Amino acid sequence: MQTAMNHWIIAPLVLPALVAPLLILTARHNLAAQRVVSIAATLALLAVAIGLYGLAQDGTVRPYLVGAWPAPYGIVLILDRLSATMVLLFAVLALAIVLYATAGWDTRGRHFHPLFQFQLLGVNGAFLTGDVFNLFVFFEVMLIASYGLMLHGGGAQRLKAGFQYVTINLIGSTLFLFAVGTIYAVTGTLNMADLARKVAAVGAGDTALLGVGAVLLFMVFALKASVAPLHGWLPTAYAAAPGLSAALFMIMTKVGAYTILRVYTLIFGADAGAVAGIVTPWMLPAALATLVVGALGMLAARSLLSLACFAVVWSMGSLLVAFGLFDAGGIGAGLYYVLHSTMAGATLFLLVDILVPQRGGAEDRLVPAAVGHPVLLSGLFFAAAIAMAGLPPLSGFLGKLMIMEASRDSGAAPWIWAMLLATSLVAILAFARAGSVLFWKPAAPQGGPAAAVPPLRPLPVAVFATLLGATVALTAFAGPVRREMGLTAAQILDTGAYVRAVLGPAPLASAGKP
Amino acid sequence: MEVLVASAIGLLTAVGVYLVLRRQTFPVVIGTVFLSYGVNLFLFATGRLAVNQPPIYAAGAAGYADPLPQALVLTAIVISFGMTALVVVLALRSFLETGSDSVEDSPAAADETAAAQVTTDQARP
Repeated sequence: MQTAMNHWIIAPLVLPALVAPLLILTARHNLAAQRVVSIAATLALLAVAIGLYGLAQDGTVRPYLVGAWPAPYGIVLILDRLSATMVLLFAVLALAIVLYATAGWDTRGRHFHPLFQFQLLGVNGAFLTGDVFNLFVFFEVMLIASYGLMLHGGGAQRLKAGFQYVTINLIGSTLFLFAVGTIYAVTGTLNMADLARKVAAVGAGDTALLGVGAVLLFMVFALKASVAPLHGWLPTAYAAAPGLSAALFMIMTKVGAYTILRVYTLIFGADAGAVAGIVTPWMLPAALATLVVGALGMLAARSLLSLACFAVVWSMGSLLVAFGLFDAGGIGAGLYYVLHSTMAGATLFLLVDILVPQRGGAEDRLVPAAVGHPVLLSGLFFAAAIAMAGLPPLSGFLGKLMIMEASRDSGAAPWIWAMLLATSLVAILAFARAGSVLFWKPAAPQGGPAAAVPPLRPLPVAVFATLLGATVALTAFAGPVRREMGLTAAQILDTGAYVRAVLGPAPLASAGKP
Repeated sequence: MEVLVASAIGLLTAVGVYLVLRRQTFPVVIGTVFLSYGVNLFLFATGRLAVNQPPIYAAGAAGYADPLPQALVLTAIVISFGMTALVVVLALRSFLETGSDSVEDSPAAADETAAAQVTTDQARP
């Protein structure tokens, strides 16, 4: 069953898991060596991700049985179109971030590169795993690395926000364990495919308990995806994090969205018997509330970082609106929006990181101040703002158009259209106001002699431009990308094929252990 | 025994939730510890309460204790122990650097109204 090609499925986990300790053990005092190894490993990861994406193109679901233990008993990794797409997206983002880090961020604290590699391990694991408890473990790996990256560089403000971030995630992990325990107590399994088969057959007395487990699990994923009203941690944490860590964390909210999509189509999807679609009634209102909260937060932001954070919350709202439709059109449009909002969000945080040193004491506050290199920076800000706010010609506009198109036949279409369009207008207003304060208002007269303008380093700007170029490419190749995402959505909804690929043909009577 | 275990889990979780909602870092840390105790006991109980049973099926045994939750609990204990150590160090560093162990402190408010922050911190014992 296990072919040589299939062993590549575990490579996105093995590679960072070997590189990270190697960096700590052999190169902890040699930053140059760390940079070379870390960039080379990330490049290799990108190559593997491209290879796996090609492998997933034939539309089959490939399970990888770790240690060759048969499926419901051992841990499985799953390569299908969805996990291959997410791993590839993350590899592209990771390469950009690691290159950006070599421009100076990795000298501001210790162990940036090992932490970064552990972050790759955790996120890739979360995307590839086919087991709920294993998902918890990879969430923890991802979060522990993210604590290190968030606190990178230190400082009182960052520590304070870091404590809140760690605490909220600890509570989230506790909830995750309660949910996993409840689901295991009812079904006697934690393998996703096995769960998909067993939830429909749960006895009438246990459905309430199973429903509690499903909703608890949804709360955990919603916390990760910063869905209102569980979004409160994100603006504090990401605004205090180093700019490039925040850019890397763009993938972590998407991990939350990915797990929602995976678990609530596969396990608690249409075939789940009494608990079928248990979160569907909650998802759309929560997503719409997230849109409103994000847009209002953008309007109320008094600093550029806070604006960027609420823009992220807002974009999570848009993509969860699409996922909340739970049909092929909605999921396809949502996946396109995932690609867009990861790139656009990262672009925005990198821009803030480039801009802040040019504003002297004003840092990222939205007050008039002298800016170094105003022409270039205002151009870059304009491009990033257009990408994020979703104006033509960049991919945010197309993404939103696809979501509106997909929701046309839904009963909630008036709400979705009204909310998406109204909050987009608010977002545009917020960005326009921020841009005019940053670049057009005359600087307040300063007491001392004007500080020398620090030079713009070419590498950060080049990385920023590349990520922006990725959103341009998403726009230019919107048709082929949308078709790919449509195929992915169709595969996600064909849960029978997934279950058969992992467990083999259905037995006549699936009498599970109670 | 069911009542005892269930009420122990409930009590630990209630204490944890209460402490996590406090304003200082130390009670919050202790609260997360209580929460993890509660959830560990809960995970243990998900394999059903079986006393004096072998963890692996044996031909002569009348029944067996589910070994999987025991493995899950072990993983959860290791992770929560590591996280507790991290959060203790973090709380301590944050106290030493800012001189306050208050949990709430929004970054925007802090750099714009630093003076006001000091007075509110003094007002909150």
